[in-house]
Amino acid sequence: MTPPKDKDLVAKAGEAEVGTTPPDTRAEVGATKDATRATIPVVDVRHGMFGVHGSGDTSGYGGLVVPVVLPGPSERPYGGWFDEVVDILAEVLDASGTGFAAAVPSVVVDRGELTLEVAREHLLEVAQALRDDQDLRFELSMGVNGVHYPHETGAELHAVYHLVSVTHGRRLRLEVTASEDDPHIPSTVAVYPANDWHERETWDFFGIVFDGHPSLARIEMPDDWPGHPQRKDYPLGGIPVEYKGATTPPPDQRRSYS
Amino acid sequence: MSNVHATRPVRDDEATPDLPTFEASGGDWSTIAEEASRLGEERIVVNMGPQHPSTHGVLRLMLEIEGETVTEARAGIGYLHTGIEKNMEFRTWTQGVTFCTRMDYVAPLFQEAGYCLAVEKLLGITDDVPEKASVIRVLMMELNRIASHFIALGTGGNELGATTIMTLAFQGREHILQVFELITGLRMNHAYIRPGGVVQDLPPGAVDAIREALVGVRKFAGDLQKLMLANPILKLRYQGVGYLNLAGCMALGMTGPILRSAGLPYDVRKANPYSGYETYDFDVPTGSDADAWDRMVVRFEEMWQSIHIVEQALDRLAALGPNAPVMVADKKIAWPAQLAVGPDGQGNSLEHIKDIMGTSMEALIHHFKLVTEGFRVRAGQAWTEVEHPRGVLGVHVVSDGGTHPYRAHFRDPSFNNLQAVSAMCEGGNLADVVASVASIDPVLGGVDR
Repeated sequence: MTPPKDKDLVAKAGEAEVGTTPPDTRAEVGATKDATRATIPVVDVRHGMFGVHGSGDTSGYGGLVVPVVLPGPSERPYGGWFDEVVDILAEVLDASGTGFAAAVPSVVVDRGELTLEVAREHLLEVAQALRDDQDLRFELSMGVNGVHYPHETGAELHAVYHLVSVTHGRRLRLEVTASEDDPHIPSTVAVYPANDWHERETWDFFGIVFDGHPSLARIEMPDDWPGHPQRKDYPLGGIPVEYKGATTPPPDQRRSYS
Repeated sequence: MSNVHATRPVRDDEATPDLPTFEASGGDWSTIAEEASRLGEERIVVNMGPQHPSTHGVLRLMLEIEGETVTEARAGIGYLHTGIEKNMEFRTWTQGVTFCTRMDYVAPLFQEAGYCLAVEKLLGITDDVPEKASVIRVLMMELNRIASHFIALGTGGNELGATTIMTLAFQGREHILQVFELITGLRMNHAYIRPGGVVQDLPPGAVDAIREALVGVRKFAGDLQKLMLANPILKLRYQGVGYLNLAGCMALGMTGPILRSAGLPYDVRKANPYSGYETYDFDVPTGSDADAWDRMVVRFEEMWQSIHIVEQALDRLAALGPNAPVMVADKKIAWPAQLAVGPDGQGNSLEHIKDIMGTSMEALIHHFKLVTEGFRVRAGQAWTEVEHPRGVLGVHVVSDGGTHPYRAHFRDPSFNNLQAVSAMCEGGNLADVVASVASIDPVLGGVDR
C-alpha cells in the first residue's frame, strides 16, 4: 500500500533533480533555471526500499528518498521523421494563429517514441491538423488511455492518445493533462469517432470529463458505481485468505518493494 | 413516439400515455407478437443478452425494432469486467503476464506477446531477445491465430444454427490446443511468453507434434472452407450483411479482418514488424465487399497464411538447434527458474534447488530477490502494437522506476470494434444482427478486461 506522501516533498525533489542534471547541460539549466524547474516531471517520491512502513525496518534502507522522474522535454534534433512531423504541425498551428508553442508546450522523445504534450484547450485543433494535413495524415486513432499521477500537482490526470498514420507508416502519442479539481478535457469524438468508447472508459476509470462527448456514460462499471477505480487513491480491494492456518493479506496490503 | 430510444429510459416529457409496453421474460413470443399486432403496434425494444447464446459471450444488445427492421442498435458491455489492468499494478512486471493472458482468452498469447514487447521496449532490451525466443513467439502466435479464427468461424456458424460448422471448427482447434498443452502445460492462460523471452524451451518432440497437428488443422480448415464457401444458405446470410466501408472502418478505428475486408491491406506485421515478422514470407489477404462474407473469406485466407508462417518457423527452429537460448542473457531480468516436472506436476527442478540451496548462497539470494522483488524498469512509457486475430492490440505501459507496472493499458481490438455494431446493424434485419456481431468476432474477456 502506498504511504501518504507530502506534496511539498515532490516540489523539493524536483529542485534537487536540477542539481543532479548531467554536467553537459548544467550551464543551460543555470540559464533557464526557473523554467527547467517547472518542467521536470517529478511524478512521485519513493521512501525506503520496502512498501510496508512502520514495521520496524532495520535494513538501513528506510531513510532512502528517491524522486520518480519521467523523461523530460527533448531538444532538437528529435531524430528520424520526428522533426519533419513537428515542423509541419508547427507550420499549420502557426498559420492558424494558435501558435505551436501555445498548443504544444513540450515534445518528448524517449525510447524511440514521439510524445507531444498538448494544452487541452488546443487539443481539438492539434488532432484535426494531425488527421487532415496531407503530410501528417494520422488517420487512425488507437483510442484514449488515462494515467493518474497523484503527486503531479495541478496535472494529476493525464489522457494519452495514440495515433497511427497508415499513409506514412508513423505513430505518435499525444498527452493532455488536467487537474483533479478541474478534470475537463475536450472530447475528440468529432475528429476521431473511434475514441467514443475509449473516452467513456477513461471517464469511467479516471473521472476525466470529456466535454462535448455525445453520451459520456460509464461503460465498464455499473452506472451507479461510486468513484473511479483506476485512480491511485482507489483501493484494489480484496479480503485476507486463510489457508492451513496461515493468512495471506489482499494484494495491496502485502509486503512489497517500493 | 419516434424519440423513444433503446438506450436510455423515457423521460417524463417524452412518455406517451397510450404507448403500449411489452415485457418478455421467458414467455412465448407468439403471444406478444399477437398482442402487438392486435394493438397495431410495430415498434418493439428488445434487450438481447447479456445471457444469450448468439451474443458471443456476455454482450448485451439493445435493439429497437420495427417489424423485422432494426432501427437502433446499441451494445452494452462491462458484464465481464474484472479489473485486470488495476490488478497488474500490484504485481511484478513478470507476474503481469499471468494477468493479461486472461483478457482475450481465445487469443491469450497475443496479450502476452504485446505486453512483453512493451516491457522489453521500456527496459531497452528489444534487440537482446534471443532469436529462438522470437521464433517460438511467432510460432505460438500464428498457431493461436489459427485457433482463434476457427472459433470465429465456428461460433459464427453455430449462431446461425449450423452446428456442423461449429463441431468441425472445434475439432480443428483441438489439434492446436493439444500442441499448446504440450508446450506450455495449459490449453489457455499460458503465461508462456515472459519479458526477455519465453519461460522455457520447447519440450522434446514438440516440433514433430506441431507438424503432425498441422495435418489435422489443414484437414479441418479445408473441410470447413469447402462447407462454408459453397453453402447457399450461408451466402444468403452473410453476403451484403454487416456492411462497413473503408471510410467507416477508418473513422471507427476498425482493424484486422474487418478493415481488410474493406480492401485496405493494413497489417501491423507488415506495417511495423515485431519479433522478426519482416523476415517471414506471407501475404495479407483482403476483400472488397466489406461484408460478413468477405470477413469470413479473409479469415480463411489468414489461416492458410498462418500455417505457412508456422512452417517457416519450424524450419528455423530445426536450424537453430535444441541448445539455443530462449531467454535474455541478463540474469537481472531472466528468471533463474529451471522448470521440471515435479511430483506435484510442473515446478522448479529439484537439481536446481539443491544447487542453489547447497552450494551457492549468492545464487539463492539472487533467485529469491528476482522472484519476490522482481526487476526494476527505468521510468517512462512505451506503446507497442501487435496484430491480434481481431485487429490491432495496443499495449501502453507506464513505469515509475519500480518493480510493478505503474499503469498497464490494453487497447483491445474487440472493445474498439464493437463500436461498429450500430453502423453495421441499423436499418438491417433483426436476424442479421447475429451475423454482423459474429463477423466482428468480439471476445468479451478482452472487451471488458
